[in-house]
Amino acid sequence: MTMRVFLAILVLLVVVVLSVAGFRGGFSRRPPIELFNDMTRQPKIHPQSASDFFADGLAARPPVPGTVARDGAWADTPLNTGRITGTTNFAALNPRPLTAELIARGRERFTIFCQPCHGPLADGRGITAQYGLVIVANLHDPRIVRLTDGEIFDTITHGKNNMAAYGASITVTDRWAIIAYLRVLQLSQLGTADDRPAGPSAAPTK
Amino acid sequence: MSDLFPLWTHRLPRQLLVGGLLLATSVTAGVWYYFTPKYTRAGYQPLQPVPFSHATHVGQLGMDCRYCHDGVERSAFANLPASATCMNCHNQVLKDDPRLAPVRDNVLTGRPLAWVRVHRLPDYVYFNHAVHARRGVSCDRCHGPIQNTDETAVAEPLSMSFCLDCHRNPAPNLRPAAEVFNVNWRPTSAAQQLADGQRFVREWDVKRLDNCAACHR
Ligand code: HEC
Ligand code: HEC
Ligand code: HEC
Ligand code: HEC
Ligand code: HEC
Ligand code: HEC
Repeated sequence: MTMRVFLAILVLLVVVVLSVAGFRGGFSRRPPIELFNDMTRQPKIHPQSASDFFADGLAARPPVPGTVARDGAWADTPLNTGRITGTTNFAALNPRPLTAELIARGRERFTIFCQPCHGPLADGRGITAQYGLVIVANLHDPRIVRLTDGEIFDTITHGKNNMAAYGASITVTDRWAIIAYLRVLQLSQLGTADDRPAGPSAAPTK
Repeated sequence: MSDLFPLWTHRLPRQLLVGGLLLATSVTAGVWYYFTPKYTRAGYQPLQPVPFSHATHVGQLGMDCRYCHDGVERSAFANLPASATCMNCHNQVLKDDPRLAPVRDNVLTGRPLAWVRVHRLPDYVYFNHAVHARRGVSCDRCHGPIQNTDETAVAEPLSMSFCLDCHRNPAPNLRPAAEVFNVNWRPTSAAQQLADGQRFVREWDVKRLDNCAACHR
């Protein structure tokens, strides 16, 4: 008799615990319980975290006005500004040596940052066009093909009209890599039969 | 003389033994099942201030993680995007949608937009995203199929044994460098994966990092 009561209570307890606590990996809105929490949360500051010490509530402090980055990206050279040193004229050509590596890097970065809007062929038909982002430039437009490399650099860095700035997320050298790849894409649309390398013409694969 | 030990007490020792064993087993099973990050951490899915969906942006639009988490290859910390990044598109797409009001407020008035942290290791553990991304460990190994989730949740326990299982034997988890950010990539077969993985371990000189100082320093 006592045994039965005991068993019934035990089974009931298991059912109650399971239904209150749920299963492993189950949905939960409450922050995780920290069972042994010695030194789990230390008074140190993590990136992108909040802080009630500063008036603006941000733990990360903006650099003191006039601070200069150590990596040299501040220097007034065509590489950093897209403009000829000491003037406001755009640099005509990519200051980075054109190599297969640069173009491969540019292709990767173009796919990450430009493809959603400009499309894989840079013709302005990216996936977002289907969702209402309609004012996108076709980068094969003769006007844009004729832009100098420096001016495209400036568009990526600071944005233009409806296109936002990408200077904060793409490094200077990657911006030039993207431009190199963009020129490859443009050339691929402008090519004529004469541009084919001499020799027996390769049959198109696939 | 009345019974010093009435009849029911004869069964008591056996009942105590069986009952005690049952109770101890249940409690042990409960602790084993519940007192682990597999229960305490996995499945945490906080409510965010903006109903941002990786299913829409990654699954449907095919965006690359690095468009938004652009520091992940370069730094230990995988940054969340600035609101300006969202406005690149949302200045035209869903321009006046109320769901995006906090994002617009943040850009226009600077009012902070506080995303709720989903993953959070204890402060005595050092983690580094760049190291993993550059050694062929894909995001989806630790963050699960995020391209299918509308609300970000913790998919893996991120416990010490979870980390060590891979650190002791990384080969089955390494993929070609170009596929790290492709969350839909799957190896052609387990044998192929193992052969490639072992090649990557040799070529990239991947170390077996199971000394305590790798993560606790
Ligand atoms: C969020 C969508 C979006 C993304 C991503 C994007 N663009 Fe644009 N881009 C636009 C729009 C919209 C325009 C048209 C701007 C206008 O004229 O109003 C444009 C125009 C341009 C132009 C023409 C500027 C001119 O002089 O008229 C260039 C060049 C360009 N984009 C290059 C890029 C490159 C390179 C990238 C990748 C780093 C990129 N864009 C990524 C939306 C985007
Ligand atoms: C359009 C921008 C965007 C893209 C693309 C994107 N994310 Fe996110 N991600 C966010 C935002 C915004 C948050 C914060 C809201 C949330 O947690 O859902 C976030 C949160 C996360 C978190 C949780 C962070 C935490 O608080 O612990 C992880 C993990 C994550 N993203 C992984 C990825 C992976 C992996 C990819 C690529 C497959 C990706 N994201 C692509 C914008 C993006
Ligand atoms: C590459 C362009 C692009 C970027 C960048 C982008 N979005 Fe979106 N977003 C879209 C598109 C396209 C939709 C789908 C609109 C529709 O379904 O009509 C969308 C939909 C949404 C929705 C509506 C809910 C849903 O899932 O359909 C929310 C909320 C949202 N985005 C938030 C954000 C936030 C927050 C960011 C910044 C971290 C962001 N988006 C960055 C293109 C973008
Ligand atoms: C080896 C496991 C692992 C891999 C691979 C991984 N993450 Fe994480 N991720 C974590 C852990 C652990 C945290 C929590 C870090 C903390 O609390 O310090 C985290 C946190 C994040 C966060 C929140 C911000 C932060 O850094 O704390 C984002 C965003 C994120 N991951 C995105 C990504 C993306 C994108 C990728 C693919 C390149 C990726 N993760 C690959 C384990 C991983
Ligand atoms: C799927 C495999 C995998 C998982 C899971 C994983 N790691 Fe790693 N981790 C690696 C590889 C591969 C390396 C690179 C080893 C090398 O440098 O040779 C690495 C390197 C590291 C490093 C860099 C050490 C250094 O030398 O700076 C740290 C720190 C680290 N991991 C922490 C963690 C933590 C914490 C977790 C659990 C949240 C974790 N890892 C989970 C595969 C993994
Ligand atoms: C691959 C990374 C990694 C290595 C190597 C590692 N740890 Fe850990 N350790 C972790 C993580 C992650 C946690 C946090 C687990 C959690 O919170 O769920 C942890 C937690 C701990 C804890 C606290 C457990 C608790 O719940 O309070 C101790 C103690 C510990 N580790 C000791 C060690 C010792 C001793 C070694 C060397 C033999 C070691 N660790 C090696 C990643 C690591």
